[in-house]
Amino acid sequence: MKTGDFSFSGLGHSYLPDKWIFRNYQSQVSRGQILALLGPNGCGKTTLLKILLGALAQTEGSVSVNGHVAFVPQLFQVAFDYSALDMVLMGRAKKVGLFSQPTSADEEMALKALERVGLASLANRPFHEMSGGQRQLVIFARALVAEADILILDEPTSALDLKNQNAILEWIDRLARRENLTVIFSTHHPHHAYAVADQALLMLGGSDYAAGQVDEVLIESNLFRLYNLPLKKVSFEFEEQAIETLVPVFRPKEDHRMA
Amino acid sequence: MIEAYFKNIVPLFHRTQRFLDQRSWAWPWLLALVVVVAVMGSMFVGAYPMPLRRPLDILLDIILPFSWVDSPAWDLREITVVTLIRPPRIMVAVFAGITLGMSGTALQGMYRNPLVGPDLIGVSSGAAFGGALAYKLALPTLGIVTLASIGGVGAMLCTLFLARIVGGKSDGLPLILAGFFVGAFFMACVGLILHIGGGYAGPNLVYWLLGTFRGADPTKAWTIILTTTAGGILLMALRWRLNLLSLGDLDAKSLGLDVGTLRWILILVVSIMVAVQVAVSGVVGWVGLIIPHCARMLVGPDHRRLMPVSALLGCLLVLGLDNLTRTVIWSEIPVGVLSGFLGTPFICFLFWKCRSRGWS
Repeated sequence: MKTGDFSFSGLGHSYLPDKWIFRNYQSQVSRGQILALLGPNGCGKTTLLKILLGALAQTEGSVSVNGHVAFVPQLFQVAFDYSALDMVLMGRAKKVGLFSQPTSADEEMALKALERVGLASLANRPFHEMSGGQRQLVIFARALVAEADILILDEPTSALDLKNQNAILEWIDRLARRENLTVIFSTHHPHHAYAVADQALLMLGGSDYAAGQVDEVLIESNLFRLYNLPLKKVSFEFEEQAIETLVPVFRPKEDHRMA
Repeated sequence: MIEAYFKNIVPLFHRTQRFLDQRSWAWPWLLALVVVVAVMGSMFVGAYPMPLRRPLDILLDIILPFSWVDSPAWDLREITVVTLIRPPRIMVAVFAGITLGMSGTALQGMYRNPLVGPDLIGVSSGAAFGGALAYKLALPTLGIVTLASIGGVGAMLCTLFLARIVGGKSDGLPLILAGFFVGAFFMACVGLILHIGGGYAGPNLVYWLLGTFRGADPTKAWTIILTTTAGGILLMALRWRLNLLSLGDLDAKSLGLDVGTLRWILILVVSIMVAVQVAVSGVVGWVGLIIPHCARMLVGPDHRRLMPVSALLGCLLVLGLDNLTRTVIWSEIPVGVLSGFLGTPFICFLFWKCRSRGWS
């Protein structure tokens, strides 16, 4: 197993006896690949991420992680108004001794990471005052200074507008392709997974799941089972580039819109 | 006169404030200087009437190898006040303030909750119960400190346990409520001791419970100096980790922090520090709650700067209140009562100020 490789097998978790949230899950991700987790609300995506992160013990099965894992939580509120630089600096926690303080070299690294995500000018801006997209980028910068091999993101595009969703997806893609990080993210948007992921894992409930290459897994029949909603794969050309994406078919019973 | 004030002094204030705003690292040094001056100044004030210069003459005469004053005009009482009464009292006040400032900051960071303070999560009440029990059993200072420490740590554990079974998490509202319940229970226990205690210990016990530095002696001073120094060094070393802990358990764990161990270390350190403070000077409420807020206003939320500034501000506040009680106010009102009068309007002001943008 190389650094950055990640796998789990026979993975299952239940909070109550014989009430399995998921069971017998199996998947393998190599360094530089992106895995997307998809499933409806309450299917156990966050539970699975916590297990992969090592913050929760699985009921059965095994997880093999080779490398340092960094986590990007859903948009969150910090209790105190740290600056963007303070937030990024916290990524150095593993490199700073328990009773030590970060050095000026650590601060330099944090500032460079902010530069890489294009937020160097906002280094001293309070985290509370930043937009949702900027906060996510700050947390990405924190993962960069942590020198992580594997990045786990919990619904990174939730509560973001389309522009910021696109920025975050670009960053996920960049971290995997250019920085050679292994990325695992959960999402409610199959088209996001289709746009950037190499592999997908659909959490269909209990021991029912579909995992594999995006082309094989994100197919209309699987997605209908997952969301009980038709999703169509559409292809078109945009700016001389062939685009293929997934479109949910929302159909209200009656259309009350004015003609 | 007023014109000169606005022309010369006010711009100086503004320039100083701008300078400090741009250099928040300067605050701890400036405050440390103020603390040194305040400690030295405290030697010259007190209830016992004597000439202002007298304490300096007495101290220099004792410290210097030669005779400082040719024909000393002081009596034994003045020597007792300057060497045996004021120094331990000042030291206890200084280190009690440091303890309360640092422990409040550590607790608020650890529990991600700016409404947490040592007296709001039961530690002070538990320590008061332990101390009152020791008073009732007529134990010496060491016995009072030991029982108060056991009471403080025990109360903190009860609060955590209750918060966990009620709210599932050991921060936020469940923690405050659990602290309130546990504090009320231990204060009821203190009330019971007072009720059945009676006798000569009763009034002394009540006075001690309200928070006072009267009766400070070298044993008490050394006890709190050693405990606060040891605990303070540990809290200073771990202060950056409090930034991480304040992000929440999941995030802190993902950053590589051993959340459980760190939290236990901090709980133990803070509980013992506060318990010793209560043992030597009673319950001085509100300081641990309001000082971190004042410190955040000066240097922001980063615990690397916040912790030393909280320690120094706590020290200045408690020393100032004690100086006030023993010089200006008739009949030495307990410091705990004064801090309550100060703390309540301050926290109301914070509520009003932060109604729209949170507590940071």
